Amino acid sequence: MKKDYSKLWTLFKSMFVLSACTFGGGFVIVSLMKKRYVEELKWLEEDEMLDVTAITQSAPGPLPVNASVIIGYRMAGIAGSLTAILGTILPPMIIISVISLFYEQFRTNPYIAAALQVMRAGVAAVIFDVVINLAQNVVKTKRILYIVMMITAFIATYLFDVSAMIIILTCLGIGLIDLVVTLKKKKGEVA
Amino acid sequence: MLLLKLFFAFIQVGLFSVGGGYAAIPLIQEQIVNIHGLMTLEEFSDLITVAEMTPGPISINSATFVGMRIAGVPGVLICTLGCIIPSFCICLTLAHFYYKYRTVSGVQVVLGSLRPAVVALIASAGASILMLGLFQAELKEAALSNIRVVELVIFIAALFILRKFKTSAIAIILGSGAAGTIIYALMGAI
Repeated sequence: MKKDYSKLWTLFKSMFVLSACTFGGGFVIVSLMKKRYVEELKWLEEDEMLDVTAITQSAPGPLPVNASVIIGYRMAGIAGSLTAILGTILPPMIIISVISLFYEQFRTNPYIAAALQVMRAGVAAVIFDVVINLAQNVVKTKRILYIVMMITAFIATYLFDVSAMIIILTCLGIGLIDLVVTLKKKKGEVA
Repeated sequence: MLLLKLFFAFIQVGLFSVGGGYAAIPLIQEQIVNIHGLMTLEEFSDLITVAEMTPGPISINSATFVGMRIAGVPGVLICTLGCIIPSFCICLTLAHFYYKYRTVSGVQVVLGSLRPAVVALIASAGASILMLGLFQAELKEAALSNIRVVELVIFIAALFILRKFKTSAIAIILGSGAAGTIIYALMGAI
């Protein structure tokens, strides 16, 4: 694995900006990271970003921090991990520290409330943009199994509130079965 | 040893909050309100409001808020550090093994089956936030008559710009916030 310390500053800056602008849960920042690291900087492959997301979701702790650890490690080892974490946690630490001192004014300010409400529409647009690209690539694998899994998983999590952990574990199980079947097929071909 | 207490409380929060930010909230409540009595329930609900309204991971936001309220800046550093230490150790180990074995074909087959799940999870997060943006409600409580037209227009415009011009995500999010606030102000709604 290549380690490139010259990327540390870009890594820090990117994480800082993403973290400062991310409203909503962990999967929002994953969409932003995908756009930044896969599409803009071309540091990661798309499949890699999805793998990293699955890993971060399976590990305990805040998803954005987990993703920072892995992406940072990929770019520059442990130094990269620490740099990425710092970029991710500094904005909320600074913002919350300031707000906790006068949060009554913050909570009741109508301009802030309006901006936060409208920003959700913008965040949703970004996620949809990323999802369209990702879903297209799942369809492009032409594996019916994957397409059915994607649709079923969406219905389960969105309409029936099945937790992300259960979705990941179930798909992991399907993947293991898939592996056994693939290996058996290969054996059959050799014989 | 207030700081030490906070540190170990948040290590537990970091270690046991599996499955996203909202999983951390009951854990923090148990540690800070129920076990150690460092905050009242009312203060704690303020914390959730603020953590949801501001950018950043909810558990980091909460750790910072609790730390600041209870012990000032040293509290912020201790709580946040406690919260991320478990993540750091566990994910570093996972990352190490992932990059060591990811090219093995068997591992590829298993990872391949996780990718559609991750796409679905991201899509679900997007759908939830879109409902909140357009209806200020979850899917079950949303009524078409309550749709917020300004947000709908901004969503469509933002998605169009993203698809057409490959704009950066941050520019879109901040731009939509600014545009919406100006529109509401001009309409006299603020």
